[in-house]
Amino acid sequence: MGLAEILEQHKGAIVNKWFQTVIETYPQDTARFLKNRKDQFANPVGSTTLRGLQGLFDSLFTDLNREQIIGYLDPIIRIRAVQDFTPSQALAFIFELKTILRKRINQALDDKNARRACDQLESRIDIIGLIAFDIYMQCRETIFSLRTNDEHRKTLQTFKRAKLIVEDSDVQPNLKSVT
Amino acid sequence: MSDLLTPEEMKANLDYHTPHSGWMNTPVNIRKGMYCYASNPKSVETLGLPNARKWNPMEEDWELPENWQQILHEGFKERLERFRSIKVFMDICVRCGACSDKCHFFIGTGDPKNMPVLRAELLRSVYRNDFTRFGKIFGKLAGARPMTANVLKEWWYYLFQCTECRRCSLFCPYGIDTAEITIFGRELLNLLGLNIDWIATPVANCYRTGNHLGIQPHAYKDMLDFFVDDIEDITGLRLEPNFNKKGADILFITPSGDVFADPGTYTCMGYMMLFHYLKEKYGLDVTWSTYASEGGNFGFFTAHEVMKRLNAKMYAEAKRLGVKWILGGECGHMWRVIHQYMDTMNGPADFLEEPVSPITGTKFENAKSTKMVHITEFTADLIKHNKLELDPSRNDHLKVTFHDSCNPSRGMGMFEEPRYVIKNVCNHFYDMPRNTIKEQTFCCGSGSGLNAGEDMELRMMGGLPRANAVRHVHEKHGVNILANVCAVDRAALPALMEYWVPEVDVTGTTELVANALLMPGEKKRTTDLRSEPLPGMEEEADE
Repeated sequence: MGLAEILEQHKGAIVNKWFQTVIETYPQDTARFLKNRKDQFANPVGSTTLRGLQGLFDSLFTDLNREQIIGYLDPIIRIRAVQDFTPSQALAFIFELKTILRKRINQALDDKNARRACDQLESRIDIIGLIAFDIYMQCRETIFSLRTNDEHRKTLQTFKRAKLIVEDSDVQPNLKSVT
Repeated sequence: MSDLLTPEEMKANLDYHTPHSGWMNTPVNIRKGMYCYASNPKSVETLGLPNARKWNPMEEDWELPENWQQILHEGFKERLERFRSIKVFMDICVRCGACSDKCHFFIGTGDPKNMPVLRAELLRSVYRNDFTRFGKIFGKLAGARPMTANVLKEWWYYLFQCTECRRCSLFCPYGIDTAEITIFGRELLNLLGLNIDWIATPVANCYRTGNHLGIQPHAYKDMLDFFVDDIEDITGLRLEPNFNKKGADILFITPSGDVFADPGTYTCMGYMMLFHYLKEKYGLDVTWSTYASEGGNFGFFTAHEVMKRLNAKMYAEAKRLGVKWILGGECGHMWRVIHQYMDTMNGPADFLEEPVSPITGTKFENAKSTKMVHITEFTADLIKHNKLELDPSRNDHLKVTFHDSCNPSRGMGMFEEPRYVIKNVCNHFYDMPRNTIKEQTFCCGSGSGLNAGEDMELRMMGGLPRANAVRHVHEKHGVNILANVCAVDRAALPALMEYWVPEVDVTGTTELVANALLMPGEKKRTTDLRSEPLPGMEEEADE
């Protein structure tokens, strides 16, 4: 049996294990809720995470389309980028997949074949990890810009109220051309 | 050789698992992005509240008064005697957990101390220790713990991670109102001067100048005059709003956010256009007040006495002007204050008339005692009686969904009126999933004075369940605008959408009404109230 078949056969178990690893980054009580509450509107974090992981796992065996990976990865990172995680904690789950896969593959394939299969998959996981950095930074930049925009708006409003800013003026400056 | 860690060494240093200690032994970790700045001592002084001082939540020493534990204990005791509800809420919870996963802050942050049951337990544990025999004898075994500086910090951190939205209360089999517990807890914190500035300064402004932003009467009028100019550009009509007019039929009060912050300003223009229409068609005389220039009441998030003071000015102004009744704008918590507190706080307002629409004759039974009617109910009634000429096709470029603001929905039961209004002024309306709307609505995540800039992470997490449902209707139906009836929503949701669903904009409901309103004598409209071209209409104008 080849690698693809083995992984396809164990897909459910692998994704579940991966999901379990992600939700274990939350406190115990929370992890239980994230796992057991199935309604996507009552439990957006758990359902978004599971959906994204399923998609990412499938995309490992395609031609790694960046937009497609972002589609699965962005919703998960967007949540973790504002939650109580350091950047490494927020993104570590991607690399945890390597350990999970390695265990599965080592059980099913002989050493040489397993090594080669792991190498291939791990490179692909690294690519996903690199894309995750981009998404994470973009999320943090959005947060910072929301914060600065808020300050900017408040300052501008204060100036406007104090009549320190004239937006439309009927008086045109009488400037002479320098040519 | 490089002294960099190998990947294995680096990984060994990372622990993604939280300690499995009990909640009492898990110390509070105050994190940036999760809290609002401490109150400005000047604002605390203006209100005559105790222990005004400079302090910083990130510092070890909060500069508490020496006898702070005694102040809290006595404050707790006094309120247990004064508010029977608090006494019951402290005793009755059986920790069934029905509320635990209903809070938007728990869902978004994943922090168990944001489970409403546990947030309340922060206070209950001290209650047991100080006021119950069982707690005094068995201590921790009975879920009791003494008040320490760390416990106080935990109170402060988590009581300002609750928007008092009351979604949890909906699921409580005992009907415990967790918002009341937060209100009570914040009132205790205010005894020690531990408010946040996003609340304290607006309250001080409102107390002094009549609105949260501290806008003086002439500047308030100036802003509405700007809108008169803008409306003239859009409709060709020159409006003449009344200010402080004695003997007007109705006094109109709205949150000052509508007057000063986009996109609320467009809703404000909508009110003005609606009143002009009603004056031209039916002779209705509505006045604005530059003194009662705030519908919102951040006193509600500070202490009962402060809420009462701010609420009183609205009724004092109604009395001074001699109006028949008050019409209220699109606000959230203003309506909870009116609907659930005003009557026993400053009421009965027996100098006003029981509200009856002079145009349709409808008697607003629910406002019989408070004498204050919600603009959306008022408008829905006008539409129901065919009193407004409308062209919903002007809103055809909009695919609308409606966010039920927590207070008008859970606080006063207003579910159908805004939907009825929107469906009559827009042709494309799509509700979000049932367990995210009406009485089960998810909060914007920024209510109860938390819509500051410095707590952006908290706001984004608190608003996640709401944004998640918006994303669903955006992907399913192409929804591109999120309507609401609350000024805090209009201030907070644009940032939330920008982070989670950037394709969706935010609007007040009356803005949609005014876009569709066919005003007598108006020119052909080519733009909406935001001065953005109306698709299709622009072309016709060019021909």
